[in-house]
Amino acid sequence: MSVGSREAVLNKIRTALDGQKMPGPIPREYDTHGQHAPGSEHVIETLVDRLEDYKALVVRVGPADLADTVSSRLQGFDRIVVPAGLPAEVLEACRRVGRTVFVDGDPAILSAAELDEVQVVVTASRVTVALTGTIVLDGAADQGRRAISLVPDRHLCLVRADQIVETLPEALHLLEATRPLTMISGPSATSDIELNRVEGVHGPRTLDVVIIENS
Amino acid sequence: MTTFLGIPIRRHADPSSPLREGESFPHAARREVNNEQLRGNLSRATATIRGKRAAVVAECADWEQLRDAGSAIKADVMSRLPELLEELERNVIARGGTVHWAADAAEANEIVARIAKSKGVDELVKVKSMATQEIGLNEYLEEVGIAALETDLAELIVQLGHDKPSHILVPAIHRNRAEIREIFLREMPEVPADLTDDPRQLAMAAREHLRRKFLTAKVAVSGANFAVADTGTLAVVESEGNGRMCLTLPETLITVMGIEKLIPTWQDLEVFFQLLPRSSTGERMNPYTSLWTGVTPGDGPQEFHLILLDNGRTNALADEMGRAALHCIRCSACLNVCPVYERAGGHAYGSVYPGPIGAILTPQLTGMHGHNDPNSTLPYASSLCGACFDACPVKIDIPTMLVELRAQSVDSDRGRKVPGGWSSAMKAMSWIMADDKRFRAAEKGLAAGRLIAGPDKKITKLPWPVNGWSSTRDTPAPPKETFRQWWAANRADGSDGDRAPEHNQKPEGTEGP
Ligand code: SF4
Repeated sequence: MSVGSREAVLNKIRTALDGQKMPGPIPREYDTHGQHAPGSEHVIETLVDRLEDYKALVVRVGPADLADTVSSRLQGFDRIVVPAGLPAEVLEACRRVGRTVFVDGDPAILSAAELDEVQVVVTASRVTVALTGTIVLDGAADQGRRAISLVPDRHLCLVRADQIVETLPEALHLLEATRPLTMISGPSATSDIELNRVEGVHGPRTLDVVIIENS
Repeated sequence: MTTFLGIPIRRHADPSSPLREGESFPHAARREVNNEQLRGNLSRATATIRGKRAAVVAECADWEQLRDAGSAIKADVMSRLPELLEELERNVIARGGTVHWAADAAEANEIVARIAKSKGVDELVKVKSMATQEIGLNEYLEEVGIAALETDLAELIVQLGHDKPSHILVPAIHRNRAEIREIFLREMPEVPADLTDDPRQLAMAAREHLRRKFLTAKVAVSGANFAVADTGTLAVVESEGNGRMCLTLPETLITVMGIEKLIPTWQDLEVFFQLLPRSSTGERMNPYTSLWTGVTPGDGPQEFHLILLDNGRTNALADEMGRAALHCIRCSACLNVCPVYERAGGHAYGSVYPGPIGAILTPQLTGMHGHNDPNSTLPYASSLCGACFDACPVKIDIPTMLVELRAQSVDSDRGRKVPGGWSSAMKAMSWIMADDKRFRAAEKGLAAGRLIAGPDKKITKLPWPVNGWSSTRDTPAPPKETFRQWWAANRADGSDGDRAPEHNQKPEGTEGP
């Protein structure tokens, strides 16, 4: 494979930098963690506030009510896609009342066109930042391929309280850089018309978050 | 006192280049300033965004510390660019990606076209990217028979309106909802005739228009907001989900990235992911950020090409002062706070990079080639009020760099027989403005300029290089009080310097035309 002008560009950069003064050390005085523990009441409340600000739907439930909550949030929809590694009780809840549930990769993965026929995707998540209302998916078995959480119009996303950190730096420390990562802060939106935010463009137009509190 | 710090390895960009559209700033500005619709749309939009930005920045107690870190990280990147680029290249290749190096626009365009053709496609989808605009990729692809479909809403509005972008973040900022509705009705065969100008309805029309394209596209082209050297990870920050569509569904992904977009470590993202959304759309976080490293088997594009683009960046790098222009993370905060941008609009700058950052970056990338080069007038597209510096998340000192470039622009004209008076005046200005104390002292003397103005308080003729400006537009005589003096007197409370003054009382002569 041709590398084009590799040496030429690198040489120009070296010439350009020749004899430069090296810059000083990088000051890192900014906050690298929050003042509240992951999953604490304050952190959960902040997250709820941010998600509502982004016009996402959000509900808090105890572990015992999770399955019933998932089932009721899916009311009115009958074509659901889930990743292969969703907890068994959640999968069971998805399948209630005769809903058709496609498990991506079991037996086969869904094509983009097939995903377009599905109404809701249900996934778990890796870590969530309260202060910015940001949920991160990392493609693990309970979250699935990036395509399944993108094409369906509605995303029901499960967030465990102990996965909620206060600040962005804390979240980045918990993530594995080389996994395919998607950071989601509210439903898709645009500010392109007169710089006013309008929710719902190409990504899921509805983001529904279920926060599972510590037992 | 030497003012030319650049190593003279500058190269003329093609006159038809998106970095040099051919008309000087003063001429273009004169026309655009008279466009009432444009001015109305721009001032509404920039006022909205200024308010939002101020609110989310005020929330961040460590904002200044984040700016300090962002600025220092970028300076570190520039000083170690060769080793960091090689590290990035190694990591991308190790994860199954292919890395290409392009010295200029032509080479980058050819690489993209070659890859697309090898996939047998005549259409591809695109995520908004300044780098691909800078190299004129869409136009090149069209020439070789490949349609490049812009998928960002504002880019789509520009593309369907056969128009040019006027803002780096919201390229259709010059269009209001009624105009967008008209463009959609005209250009999208499938939209219902009763489409209203409700922004939500307009966004839905765009969704319908692009949906099938996303689901069937084989090749996508993107830019990158950040590339992490120590992991090989690329990041795209967006709102609508069009980015996710392009980065996830097609089989082949081609990313064109300026060599300055690099950051050294994964940890550094924690700085920029906080600085960028707050500075650009005034949000705590943008709706979607995608991060990928090479190829992930079974998830997303199975072929990934990264094109590392120079296209004049090494020219800017060679100038120890100009180098800071490469720190830019393209947030557009400096455009939104700039009084000149707000009045003249993005088109007047004749480059894909308008506004304060464009006024320093464009001439650095292309070089300035004297009198007849429209880019020589760009460093004058500023009142040096300093709002851009205060707003910039990576603390690029745009006003000081503008002064430096003005001196260089005069130097670039040396070959011609220009009277020396102006060039020595500019050098003196540069010396004065480079130091805060000298600048304050000199400001007091500015009132002298009032003496050369006529009784109508207008200076009608200025020497080159601002004569282009003064021949089309009367320059108000310097005010009795400078902006900084007025600011200090009226805003002694130390309030946020990037908000437009609410007082009606303004210093005489600083009001726009
Ligand atoms: S110069 Fe600074 S404020 Fe302007 S776009 Fe670049 S990063 Fe943003």
